[in-house]
Amino acid sequence: MKFQYALKASASVAVLCIAAPMAMAEEVEVLHWWTSGGEAAALNVLKDNLEAQGVTWQDMPVAGGSGVEAMTVLRSRVTSGNAPTAVQMLGFDIKDWATEGFLGDLSEVADEEGWAEVVPPALQEFSKYDGKWIAAPVNVHSTNWMWINKSALDAAGGEAPETWDDLIAVLDKMQENGIVPLAHGGQAWQDGTVFDSVVLGLGDDFYKAAIIDQDPEALASDQMVEAFERMEKLATYFDPNFSGRDWNLASAMVINGEAGMQAMGDWAKGEFLRADLVPGEDFVCIRFPDTQGSVLFNSDQFAMFDVSEDKVGAQKLMASAVMDPDFQVAFNTVKGSVPARTDVADTEFDDCGKKGMADLAEAAQNGTLHGSMAHGHGASSNIKSAIFDVVTAHVNGEFSAQEAAEELAAAVEAAQ
Amino acid sequence: MRDRLQEWVPRIVLAPSFAAIVIFVYGFILYTGWLSLTDSRMLPNNEFIGLANYEKLFGLRHWNVALKNLFIFGTLYIVISSALGLFLAILLDQQIRNEGFIRTVYLYPMAISFIVTGVAWKWFLDPGIGLQNTMHQWGWQSFEFTWIKDRNLAIYTIVIAAIWQSSGYVMAMFLAGLRGVDNEVIKAAQVDGASGFLIYRRIIIPMMRPVFLSAFVVLTHLAIKSYDLIVAMTGGGPGRATEMPATFMYSYTFTRNQMGVGASSAIIMLIMIFSIIVPYLYSEIRAGRDKK
Amino acid sequence: MSASSQDNALQTSGIMRAMIYALLIFFVIYYLLPLWIMIANSLKPLEEIHSGDMLAPPRSITFEPWRSAWSTTQVGVEATGLRPYFINSILMVVPAVVLSTFLGALNGYVLTKWQFRGANLVFGLMLLACFIPFQIVLIPMARILGMLGLAGTIPGLVMVHTIYGLGFTTLFFRNYYAAFPTELVRAAQIDGASFFQVFWRILVPSSGPIIVVTIIWQFTNVWNDFLFGASFSSYDSTPITVALNNLVNSSTGVKEYNVHFAGAILAALPTLIVYIVSGRYFVRGLMAGAVKG
Repeated sequence: MKFQYALKASASVAVLCIAAPMAMAEEVEVLHWWTSGGEAAALNVLKDNLEAQGVTWQDMPVAGGSGVEAMTVLRSRVTSGNAPTAVQMLGFDIKDWATEGFLGDLSEVADEEGWAEVVPPALQEFSKYDGKWIAAPVNVHSTNWMWINKSALDAAGGEAPETWDDLIAVLDKMQENGIVPLAHGGQAWQDGTVFDSVVLGLGDDFYKAAIIDQDPEALASDQMVEAFERMEKLATYFDPNFSGRDWNLASAMVINGEAGMQAMGDWAKGEFLRADLVPGEDFVCIRFPDTQGSVLFNSDQFAMFDVSEDKVGAQKLMASAVMDPDFQVAFNTVKGSVPARTDVADTEFDDCGKKGMADLAEAAQNGTLHGSMAHGHGASSNIKSAIFDVVTAHVNGEFSAQEAAEELAAAVEAAQ
Repeated sequence: MRDRLQEWVPRIVLAPSFAAIVIFVYGFILYTGWLSLTDSRMLPNNEFIGLANYEKLFGLRHWNVALKNLFIFGTLYIVISSALGLFLAILLDQQIRNEGFIRTVYLYPMAISFIVTGVAWKWFLDPGIGLQNTMHQWGWQSFEFTWIKDRNLAIYTIVIAAIWQSSGYVMAMFLAGLRGVDNEVIKAAQVDGASGFLIYRRIIIPMMRPVFLSAFVVLTHLAIKSYDLIVAMTGGGPGRATEMPATFMYSYTFTRNQMGVGASSAIIMLIMIFSIIVPYLYSEIRAGRDKK
Repeated sequence: MSASSQDNALQTSGIMRAMIYALLIFFVIYYLLPLWIMIANSLKPLEEIHSGDMLAPPRSITFEPWRSAWSTTQVGVEATGLRPYFINSILMVVPAVVLSTFLGALNGYVLTKWQFRGANLVFGLMLLACFIPFQIVLIPMARILGMLGLAGTIPGLVMVHTIYGLGFTTLFFRNYYAAFPTELVRAAQIDGASFFQVFWRILVPSSGPIIVVTIIWQFTNVWNDFLFGASFSSYDSTPITVALNNLVNSSTGVKEYNVHFAGAILAALPTLIVYIVSGRYFVRGLMAGAVKG
């Protein structure tokens, strides 16, 4: 008991020394993994906005592929009873934390500002739990895009592919022209991103059955075998060096003409813009062949934790600032994504951004807006990882298409 | 009275350390053991499910790949690091000029974490920008070094980097051992006309037995715990080809929301470590007692 | 020129010695290669890195990446460079190393000079603790840190590192003191020296080499730790390894490799200096006890 007290006393002295000057001010501690220059600049908009209202921003970045490290840190922080105010989070993770009862309640702000009317229902699925708002969505990314080098496309006939057969024709042509047809980075999540699009290309219903509902029959079906055959076909257009490559290095290959195209989410656009390429002139953005009219999305949200009374005020200010239309525009023009609220004008966005916003609205209307499995919006993380295991092993040649489909059904079942 | 107190002081001094170890090591091991028997997913829970997690674990391809990799990696890493360490120590023990400098160069990798050198290694091994590319630029067009991209060979590149990190440390241990060898023994052998190689093979190297054991323990525990080098160099890829038990445990516990399976893999790892270390410790401590 | 036979060096010919030197130099290159890649590329402008040869020395040297990594580059939202995290690491490492070394010395002293029933079992249990994979302690440790009110603080990190360093520090000192003549301790006791007087006046003054080994070992482990640093720190106690990872693994955007390399070297500098400065004592310290049982 005494030992514990002594430790506590010495620790609180140390804490006091650090925290004393700002003890009175309101503050938010934000755990996120947006650490690159552009993203951080975008977050700064939010930070400045809050600081103008007297709220101190305590930055807690934890970098690493789509927040894997950050989620470990979060687990340890929550276990120790020291949860951050707000945490950048994806899809099913938000649901899981809400189920465990660790998230706060934003309904008051949300009702006041009418979030329900402006946030698409597919997103609300992840921002609300049990009727309460628990997270403020920042953006909507879409993952079923292809990015094509314009001059490489012109050399290959100039016609952007719309169907699977078109795609293969163009890729063959590019191969003849002596470039790497398809730039790809062999990391599990990138393999998964392509797989998502390929599955969606075989039909919206199939995507829903296999990925969202994880229907064992769909997972082991002939259609799934075909999906893996298509993956196999695509893999023949990679360069031998693809394994382990970061996605932005793959984008760079398309930018400098070394490769013809890349299948990647809309965050890749930032890379093209930073290289001073103009959409429509230097590069072309199209939906992954056979998936026109459908949108696979993932949405970064700030999940708000259940924090002590004195921090709730600042938390609500932050939630409100995240949903501020100006912030949504400022952030998303930089990030390549589109705003999470549909009532924002698209004037600030470039051609690809405008197309993205229009597609999103249309898909939301037609019921063809689906959560992306590879980015945590199609299945919970244990299922997602199980699917990744099979897909990435198959891409690297460990399974035939037939085996892969069987393995997939087995792996998903084992992970449930 | 004073004497009684004096008798208790040592135990009181030792008590806090011992208590800390009992709670923070053995207590936590028991806790992990318990978790491995529960249906814990994202966070710990107490729903007892018996040995189901272990059954699941050994049914996973992924875990079997990790075990196989540990076997390949561990064997090569321990054997090569020990052999190279001994070899370098013998070379350095030949009254080398600038020994201090060379020793420091061999030893420094141990000072740096793979978070730091991982990027450099990744570059070096990448055929596009690394050694292969450099050789091509220097005119050796047929040079090929694509191991890190090959799912059957990638594990060996991890071995190369791991040896780079710890062989210098092993070298220092052997050097310390060599410097402790009694000169008289060697002189006597030389008088008998034994050649240098024979002296090493027959006399000095057998005397290094305790160093081999120490090196074996240090290397084994590094091998089983190796985590950051995998993360920094391959992230477990290509595919899942370089997954190891430590990375497996981390991902199941923290990113796949299957904490129970992660805990059961941790327990298996502990059993592996302890089955190697405990006999060693036992013999060490007994030998110490016999000396007295 | 052949070697003299005062040491256990081989009697060797000139060719033999040339081969030995050639081999030694070959391995010098092998060990220095990654460091060379890092240094050379940290001094190049980004364009030169993109266009050029990884192993080539920089054509136009720039120190801008170093300045940027230290004080201006963006780590998360703040453009602070690595400096504040460097300071956090120092604040964490120094007390953790001092505490665990001191406790290790006391434990080693008790275990060798004040043998009591069960001392070997206690030692065995402490030593075994060196070998556990640290991932398993994260969740329960987080809970205990929370209970103690130490979650997310530097004192909390100091406590964690001290505890998990105890096994090794105790091992080092125990082996070293085992070879220390017990008669000296007994003689001092007969003269009326107390437990602590013996420790401070007799053992500590002759512990130089093993203190160096222990400090090198602990300093390196604590400074390089990533797992605990990432899991148990918060915005104002993040150590440098975590900050470096944030810098290097930023999820999107242009990779400034030169800044990354400069940052990596900065993060490694303290441990490098410790090794270079005290490396010569290291082998001596190993000779003195850490290797022998």
